[in-house]
Amino acid sequence: MNSKKRKIRVLIAKPGLDGHDRGAKVVVRALRDAGMEVIYTGIRQTPEAIAGAAVQEGVDFVGLSCLSGAHNHLFTKVVKLLRAKGARGVTVFAGGIIPASDIPGLKKAGVKAIFPPGTPTRDIAQWLRAAAKHL
Amino acid sequence: MNSLIVRRILRGDVGAAARLMRDLDDELPSARSALKELYARAGRAHVVGITGSPGAGKSTLADKLVEAARKGGKSVGVVAVDPTSPFSGGAVLGDRIRMQRHTADPGVFIRSLAARGSLGGLSRSVFDTVTVLDAMGKDLIILETAGVGQDGVKVAGAAHTVLVVLSPGQGDDIQALKAGILEIGDIYVVNKCDRKDSEQLTRSLGLALEGTSPRDGWTPPIIKTAAVLGRGTRELVDVINEHRSTLVRAGAWERRSLNMARTAFMELLETGLRGFINEECERGKDCRKIFGDLAARKTDPYSAAKTTLRKLLSKSPPPPSFKKRGCPPFSKACPPVPRRRGRRGI
Ligand SMILES: Nc1nc2c(ncn2[C@@H]2O[C@H](COP(=O)(O)OP(=O)(O)OP(=O)(O)O)[C@@H](O)[C@H]2O)c(=O)[nH]1
Ligand SMILES: [Mg+2]
Repeated sequence: MNSKKRKIRVLIAKPGLDGHDRGAKVVVRALRDAGMEVIYTGIRQTPEAIAGAAVQEGVDFVGLSCLSGAHNHLFTKVVKLLRAKGARGVTVFAGGIIPASDIPGLKKAGVKAIFPPGTPTRDIAQWLRAAAKHL
Repeated sequence: MNSLIVRRILRGDVGAAARLMRDLDDELPSARSALKELYARAGRAHVVGITGSPGAGKSTLADKLVEAARKGGKSVGVVAVDPTSPFSGGAVLGDRIRMQRHTADPGVFIRSLAARGSLGGLSRSVFDTVTVLDAMGKDLIILETAGVGQDGVKVAGAAHTVLVVLSPGQGDDIQALKAGILEIGDIYVVNKCDRKDSEQLTRSLGLALEGTSPRDGWTPPIIKTAAVLGRGTRELVDVINEHRSTLVRAGAWERRSLNMARTAFMELLETGLRGFINEECERGKDCRKIFGDLAARKTDPYSAAKTTLRKLLSKSPPPPSFKKRGCPPFSKACPPVPRRRGRRGI
């Protein structure tokens, strides 16, 4: 129906080897409470599995969280794979422990926003809503 | 002539199929023309529904079924429904986590759907999503309902083979007897049989099913599994395939397919009519007058509903959700409807 607003669909995934996903789950619930449909794929995901799931699920956003320190490689790989799969409309954002010095590189690689630990979940939801507007 | 998107989907383009599923889920009218073309190409897949109470192990079982089907060389689609929060309208779609290992396999397409207010454990767009996967040539389509327990019976009209999954320690023993769920299963699965209390559940389920008369030459069996351990799942796969051959042999395959078509069609009719009626009553003055008359006891609900229905049906414009612009027949002028464009990607 034309009059209905489209639901925002988000995939939250944890690439890398760390098995700690409390933070990711908090974000998952917060986005649900903000009215979004959130697919959670769990911990220890390969970039291939994340990109594949994002394509099959037809999401608008992929949110990545990584605490293991391998974020530069993993996040960049996800962005690249999404592009390779023709999912250009998918916006990638990230959270987790990321040194400030890595941020410019990640942004250049196509990660559109990076939320440091302690970011109020409300801010993340707000950013997603704003980003969804001009998609 | 097939449109570009349809051609791409028929060629197996996952991205194109996923985007169409999204547009159908969001009820974009533009997506429907593609669906029409795909509908004609669908109708070959074996649709297996899995229902049962929350946490019974439906997704874990689905994962094993996918594995077995892939070993047998079949391509698989999975449609997994999870509930929508009535408060926020949002949803956590968590079924995929149990099947995620199949994502890299090009022969598997997994799609999560939120129920979006639809009752009975399915979402409105389930039928469309199945149609797209079917047209893509998936041999097996697994349809996991939201774990709704009492009202997960709608799946009976959406699948050729219905699996009802029960597991111990969830109050399943007594609840199951109450719910209509004991009437819809083609196969009953007692999962988590690694747990001791599963014996008790199997026994009471056996008693509850005793005397069930065979349907389409098939008496629903009880299969015991421990899905996480992969125990009993091989047998379950065999029984599912047996059910399929039995349906075909008994000439019941077509009957089931017809019933599935009927369910999807009736859903649409009801949704369209309900939307139409709501819109009429919200915009039109007649309904407001009726509400007043009812409150003042000048008329009764039965008479008012009968008169109103007759009036609505005689006007019978196509329901607004089926056309681009709705013009309420109860109001004198047709107000301009602001046109909103479907933004790509969101
Ligand atoms: N002990 C035991 N646990 C199991 C078995 N099968 C699944 N589980 C566990 O039960 C929990 C729920 O499993 P799911 O497969 O997600 O159940 P579900 O029915 O899909 O759940 P919903 O979709 O949320 O309704 C998980 O923690 C599984 O690991 C089993 O055979 N034995
Ligand atoms: Mg599940």
